[in-house]
Amino acid sequence: MSDNYVPKSAVGKWFNERLPLLDLIYGHLMPYPTPKNLNYFWTFGGILTFCLVTQIITGLVLAMHYVADADLAFASVEHIMRDVNYGWLLRYIHANGASLFFMAVYIHMARSMFYGSYKEPRELIWIIGVFIFLLMIATAFMGYVLPWGQMSFWGATVITNLFSAIPIVGESVTNWLWGGYAVGSPLLTRFFTLHYLMPFLIFALVILHVWALHVPGNNNPEGIDVVKGSQDTVPFHPHYVVKDLFALVVFLIIFAGFVFFVPNLLGHSDNYIQANPLQTPEHIVPEWYFLPFYAILRAVPDKLGGVILMVSAIAILAFLPWLDTSKVRSAKYRPLYKQFVWLFFANTIFLGYLGAQVADGMYLIMGRIATVYYFAHFIIILPLLGYIEKTKPLPKSLSEPVLSKEEKEILASGATT
Amino acid sequence: MSDKPVTRRNFLYITTGTFTAAGAASLVWPFVDQMNPDASVKALASTEVDLRPIAPGQSITVLWRGKPVFIRRRTPEEISEAKAVSLDELPDPQDDAARAKNPEWLVMVGICTHLGCIPLGQKGEYNGWFCPCHGSHYDTSGRIRKGPAPTNLEIPDYVFLNDNTIKIG
Repeated sequence: MSDNYVPKSAVGKWFNERLPLLDLIYGHLMPYPTPKNLNYFWTFGGILTFCLVTQIITGLVLAMHYVADADLAFASVEHIMRDVNYGWLLRYIHANGASLFFMAVYIHMARSMFYGSYKEPRELIWIIGVFIFLLMIATAFMGYVLPWGQMSFWGATVITNLFSAIPIVGESVTNWLWGGYAVGSPLLTRFFTLHYLMPFLIFALVILHVWALHVPGNNNPEGIDVVKGSQDTVPFHPHYVVKDLFALVVFLIIFAGFVFFVPNLLGHSDNYIQANPLQTPEHIVPEWYFLPFYAILRAVPDKLGGVILMVSAIAILAFLPWLDTSKVRSAKYRPLYKQFVWLFFANTIFLGYLGAQVADGMYLIMGRIATVYYFAHFIIILPLLGYIEKTKPLPKSLSEPVLSKEEKEILASGATT
Repeated sequence: MSDKPVTRRNFLYITTGTFTAAGAASLVWPFVDQMNPDASVKALASTEVDLRPIAPGQSITVLWRGKPVFIRRRTPEEISEAKAVSLDELPDPQDDAARAKNPEWLVMVGICTHLGCIPLGQKGEYNGWFCPCHGSHYDTSGRIRKGPAPTNLEIPDYVFLNDNTIKIG
């Protein structure tokens, strides 16, 4: 397969000579050299792109029927559910799509942590990814406010009140955000505008993310450098196009399961009650994907401290490439890190569980311990491990770990096959 | 057909492709159909009108499916004028009896068939309707007589529920 796209048609040639757009796309999708040993955890990049496009398309369509006004928003969502042709389907795809998007992004990030994909020379890919994650959080939160149910309203109230923790200017900042003295129509309208804008910013960052990825090429489960075009790489098409598509189909089956059988499983029933500024629901929880950060917020008995810690929990991710001092990427060859990274994943899930409980008694104490461990992983364990861990010897090529003893001996003896 | 045998791979290719195409098409449909009139719009698809306040020679305009509908109680002169016209003179030949179930009542969509403006009543060279946008003249039966409009003013589906009430749509 050639590295350059050669258009077959005269129109294609005419176009490509003037704007080599097809050439560019072709290069990134077809011959792009990819390590031959990528496992299914590497299919989530494609799945996430699919999620983003799905959210944009369904969102665009929902925006044709939705009204961003405090008096009309709730009714317009019910109008979408009951009156608009297939409105129920479009809204359930969009709402569950957000959850599935976060499921996929957490697996994608965990993959990166486990196999050390964020390390030199891929730091910038990771940092762009952290910014994408930040924008996803903002987009998802604002989107959740739009149906203007009880959880929307009180979620918006709690989160915008975080800004009131800022010393001196806090109150002015929250009033500026609200466009008033409480959460209401002005906030809803601006959230709708921003919720519409941000996915396109994410899309732009995704392009940078992929561009930055295609400079050094993919990391791989062994975490070693592979030489592009060597025996260790295969062209992206058809090998990974087919693998990604298969993974996407499996993902879509799960997606369809949620949409068609349990569309409200991940939502909160209180959000089907119209927003009431005079009454807070008994137990207010964010969507599941924010629960670990919510638990961190509540673990701190100080208003400003809680906010700072919650923001730091996400911001610290951007420094991961330098906090991890080990030169070895993959957890496969780092016996201690392998245990600690699993402990970190378990601890984060545990924080998520705590975020869904009432912040009191034992739950609060456990929340504090888990919060301390979350940060200790980044600022104590990771920097130290690089110095004290005895890593396993790295293979010289991607083939070596899968060769039999005899085959290795043949290689060592210098024979060529 | 070529001489090549149909292989298992050909079969898999074609079945996979067919299922993908069918799946994609069925997925696209909801995104198209969501723009069609929805249940709340369809629920408003008929309008009932009380005719009692309208005296001979008077017209009212009611809103039906977001469009203006002219209801005119015609005078005997207007009726005879409409009936007297020879069908040969009409660009869109139609008998007045086919346009008014009850000759006294003319019910039609008040939208010029040219480009959608609302014609002015009792104006124009034929004493019927005249469209100010591009100068189409309609007669007392709402038939196009002169100007760029291609067809007569549209007659909506309507029924007389009783002598004093009609239901449009």
